[in-house]
Amino acid sequence: MLTLANDLSRPLPMVRTGAVPAKEEEAAEIQTLPVKIDIRGLSIFYGKFRAIAEVTMAIPAHQVTAIIGPSGCGKSTLLRALNRMTDLTPGAHAEGDVILDGENILGPGVDVVPIRQRVGMVFQRPNPFPKSIYDNVAYGPRLYGVRKRVELDGIVERSLKQAALWDEVKDKLQQSGMALSGGQQQRLCIARALAVEPSVILMDEPASALDPIATLKIEDLMQQLKSEYTMVIVTHNMQQAARVADYTAFLMIDGERAGRLIEYGPTSRIFTKPEKKETEDYVTGRFG
Amino acid sequence: MTNTASSTHFIRARRGYTRRRTANAVMLVLTGLTTALALIPLFWIIGYVVYQGGQYLTPAFFTELPTPPGTEGGGVWNAIQGTILLVILAGLFALPPGLLAAFYAAYYPNTPLGIAVRFSTDVLAGVPSIVIGLFLYALVVVVQGHFSGLAGGIALAILMLPTIIRTTEEMLKLVPPSLREASLALGAPEWKTSLQVVLPAAGNGLITGFLLGLARASGETAPLLFTALGNEWFDFRSLIRSGLESGMNPLEILVRIIEQPVDSLPLTLWKYAQQPYPERIHQAWAAALVLMAFVLAVNIFARLWILFRARRMKG
Ligand SMILES: Nc1ncnc2c1ncn2[C@@H]1O[C@H](COP(=O)(O)OP(=O)(O)O)[C@@H](O)[C@H]1O
Ligand SMILES: [Mg+2]
Repeated sequence: MLTLANDLSRPLPMVRTGAVPAKEEEAAEIQTLPVKIDIRGLSIFYGKFRAIAEVTMAIPAHQVTAIIGPSGCGKSTLLRALNRMTDLTPGAHAEGDVILDGENILGPGVDVVPIRQRVGMVFQRPNPFPKSIYDNVAYGPRLYGVRKRVELDGIVERSLKQAALWDEVKDKLQQSGMALSGGQQQRLCIARALAVEPSVILMDEPASALDPIATLKIEDLMQQLKSEYTMVIVTHNMQQAARVADYTAFLMIDGERAGRLIEYGPTSRIFTKPEKKETEDYVTGRFG
Repeated sequence: MTNTASSTHFIRARRGYTRRRTANAVMLVLTGLTTALALIPLFWIIGYVVYQGGQYLTPAFFTELPTPPGTEGGGVWNAIQGTILLVILAGLFALPPGLLAAFYAAYYPNTPLGIAVRFSTDVLAGVPSIVIGLFLYALVVVVQGHFSGLAGGIALAILMLPTIIRTTEEMLKLVPPSLREASLALGAPEWKTSLQVVLPAAGNGLITGFLLGLARASGETAPLLFTALGNEWFDFRSLIRSGLESGMNPLEILVRIIEQPVDSLPLTLWKYAQQPYPERIHQAWAAALVLMAFVLAVNIFARLWILFRARRMKG
């Protein structure tokens, strides 16, 4: 696996964003973090409209990286490029590279199926299938050919436990997933994504449709999951980014309404010592 | 000063209030009356058919083939079997192309083909059913040289097609796109997503649309006049028996069954009602009752089904 330290051919995120001199030990730690997804010069177009422009950032493995920015700045667009969901929008295309574990997933002839298995996604609104809780979680594994009941049982239990939902549903696995509360539904969707054993989980404003208590549960979950998964979350809630993210990327539109990466670095620095005026204005709530 | 002003204002408001209340009451009575007026024909028809047909319903009516005109007894067992055959054939022919066309129209609404599907569905829905019958007459009956249940089934299938495509398309559009995305994000191919997520999510509506289409088709007479024609001796049992006796295999027997002219309840009703024999007129009334009961039952079942499933889905 690529690491920031041994990939010196290009500037490190800290250096590139012109970070305030970070403490030495912090800099050392960051440099040894392995890169999970390396985004290089990524632009995404909807027809002729460029929604994000030349985004370059390295997403570290086993960390929570948050993408923040005003509404419409291209956060979802950027996130959806990371597992090629962009392909589903007619007329959309990408330029640049998204390198996952050393392989460019935007390269010619790359099969999307293994990418989407490795990079799972959780959406803004809970969207369980109109199936039982069990079948929701088993849907992905079945897709990849798991047929044996015992095996499926094991995957379902493990995934629901990881999503902190097992205790609440273990006695009603055959009930419809739609009958759960909003927060439970969202954790069911997380379990469904975990069931295919991805290594990255993308979450697009996963708590914006939930009440505060359900939100806290999801945030706790993000913290727990990062030991096994690389988490990338989009949020328009800055407190949430400050609470859960290790790294934060701030996006904003330029004069042509294209989203650009303004600043990227450790969350604490972005929120306390932002380097760019726009970042400071945004995190202190002066606009957006 | 202020007091007077506010009290005249109050009185004026009171007067406006009374007027509004009166208008409201009048309108309420009017809407109630017109609703009743609209319902009268429905219950009148049902009541009259039950009254006229009920007297002539006998067990034999359901189980026996017709007797020669002008004689007592006999039933419409031929037409009941024929209706079942026609409805099954129509369903089989209409469902696959209807579903596929609906998926296409729902997924690619703004492509030339998607627009063409929607447009031609609307046009097809407006084609008089007798023209469809005539079309099948030229296409199947003339070519084969004989009337058949097959030709009738195809005619009814074409008649059902717009209903199936339109309801399926509407139901598919109601399925939240995020469900489809969730499945695709797990790496599922589009066809599996359609089959395992979108279709079941739209399921209730689809089944209802299908049943309503079937019910409508089963009450049609015109498209059968030039295709199924009618057959007072149509009987599955005797067809199967004579087939077995002459050493045919099941497939050959099946082909022979669908190659026969068949009767259906509306066709029987239409023919019997024109005959000068009182027995036949009575049986026409009884057939009307059976047909109406069947269509009503399917309608009610389909709607109850939606209600029940919708509630279960919500949990
Ligand atoms: N499917 C689409 N087709 C065309 N334009 C789109 C589409 N999705 C998003 N956009 C545009 O791209 C820009 C970024 O959108 P999005 O990524 O959803 O922003 P965010 O998630 O930050 O609110 C917006 O101007 C939006 O209108
Ligand atoms: Mg968004």
